[in-house]
Amino acid sequence: MTTLTPARRRRRRLLPALPQLLPYLLCIGAFLLVWQLLSAVLGTARLPGPINVIVDTWDPYISQPFFDDGGTSKGLGWQILISLQRVAVGYGLSAVVGVAIGGALGLNRFAGKGFDPVVQVLRTVPPLAWFPISLMVFQDANTSAIFVIFITAIWPIIINTAVGIQEIPQDYTNVARVLRLSKRAYISNIVIPATVPYVFTGLRIAVGLAWLAIVAAEMLKADGGIGYFIWDAYNAGGDSSSSQIILAIVYVGVVGLLLDRLVAWVGRKVSRGAA
Amino acid sequence: MATPNGLLTVDAVTQTFNLDDGGRYVALQGVTLDVRAGEFITLIGHSGCGKSTLLNLMAGLSQATEGGILMNGRQVTEPGPDRMVVFQNYSLLPWLTVRQNIALAVDTVYPRLSIGERLEIVERNIQLVNLSAAAQKLPAELSGGMKQRVAIARALAIRPTLLLLDEPFGALDALTRGNLQQQLMQICQESELTAVMVTHDVDEALLLSDRVVCLSNGPAAGIGRIVEVPLPRPRERLTVMDHPDYYHLRAELIHFLQEQRRLKQQAAASRR
Repeated sequence: MTTLTPARRRRRRLLPALPQLLPYLLCIGAFLLVWQLLSAVLGTARLPGPINVIVDTWDPYISQPFFDDGGTSKGLGWQILISLQRVAVGYGLSAVVGVAIGGALGLNRFAGKGFDPVVQVLRTVPPLAWFPISLMVFQDANTSAIFVIFITAIWPIIINTAVGIQEIPQDYTNVARVLRLSKRAYISNIVIPATVPYVFTGLRIAVGLAWLAIVAAEMLKADGGIGYFIWDAYNAGGDSSSSQIILAIVYVGVVGLLLDRLVAWVGRKVSRGAA
Repeated sequence: MATPNGLLTVDAVTQTFNLDDGGRYVALQGVTLDVRAGEFITLIGHSGCGKSTLLNLMAGLSQATEGGILMNGRQVTEPGPDRMVVFQNYSLLPWLTVRQNIALAVDTVYPRLSIGERLEIVERNIQLVNLSAAAQKLPAELSGGMKQRVAIARALAIRPTLLLLDEPFGALDALTRGNLQQQLMQICQESELTAVMVTHDVDEALLLSDRVVCLSNGPAAGIGRIVEVPLPRPRERLTVMDHPDYYHLRAELIHFLQEQRRLKQQAAASRR
């Protein structure tokens, strides 16, 4: 290695994070540039570029995330919170029910085997396919949206919980057998801690699916929520409608990422030593 | 049936496994062995000769296809804490600390004792293997040798009638292994334990055992020879080799293993 000149050394001290940030800056910059060029080719009316999006939506959508003009005319902060609330209920229910069902299927070899085809078929059903039947059963758009989230998110939780229990290392069950642990002690000392990492893998996949489903469900039929906002912008957004849609998409992506990281973080905290 | 004159009797045990292709593999055939109380026995042989299979049968983790195993005259049908196992890969629960791992065993085996008495047993056994400083650590934070000491402490803490060790030092470096062998030997002598250990290390077998049981090659492995080790106790790892009988005994074991290796190669050659 050559020795650094004083000027270089100073620069390195001024921008210590630059080498780490460089790939992100360059690649994201390139992405935005291509987007902007594509927008110039297609025309800003059809596809606004990144600069147009910010200019068009700055007031009120970016600068005032929590405005409320009554009805469904709310800031994006509110819309996201409405969606998050639905996700929280649907996802929370699917977590509780999914872990319970997955636990039962994992502990009971017979049921695990017998129900496996049902689970495998139902898990591939796209979220929106559940929506009509859900509307018929519940007769209410909000409840239906929550049910769609529930039924979309529950499968990876069931499957991962069941697999986690079936995959408990032989070493641990041997210890349990030699010590003659009671069924209760076996479940609390071995089954639960050994399965937690699997459960959180399922929960992490599920939260992504839940967020996917809510946006779609709200686009079909809902009062408020980020999915509703996108559909409403498309139908009645005026001149800046495409910019509004793109901004909302960016928000949806960022919130989805945050949800994913949140669940991953909780999982790491909970699965002590096991993962 | 053989008369059960030992603590544990392996009576004409044959163990076969069903293979995936529908065939059957005979791992052990007609193995008979008496383990006397207070005795240290090692099972030695080449890999795949069924040493661990035999140990698992003694533990009750698996059941013999033919023949049976008697412990104090009663047939072994399931595992139990009277035949505690020290597993090759330690088998500590990774989400429990050293102390909690040992406490789980003690709490399960001695539910009638008071909390104070159980705590005392746990602490005494942690001290026995010199792990007091690491009592609060998780297994992932320990070296291989420390993990195996925890596994040994966990096994000793529940005072098994018979201690079963499955290549307990196999994964350890030579120095750590030597220290642990010495510790295990002292503990066994002090508490007059009966133990059966699987190993493929001849020196380890001679240092620790009263009898070395040499298993012939699988399939259909059996007891090829039993070598009595009359070296006086207490033994010391570094001085035991100076005993005039040591090299004669060692040569006998090595000779057996080499003979088995030759047979194995012959069998492989004739298959080809």
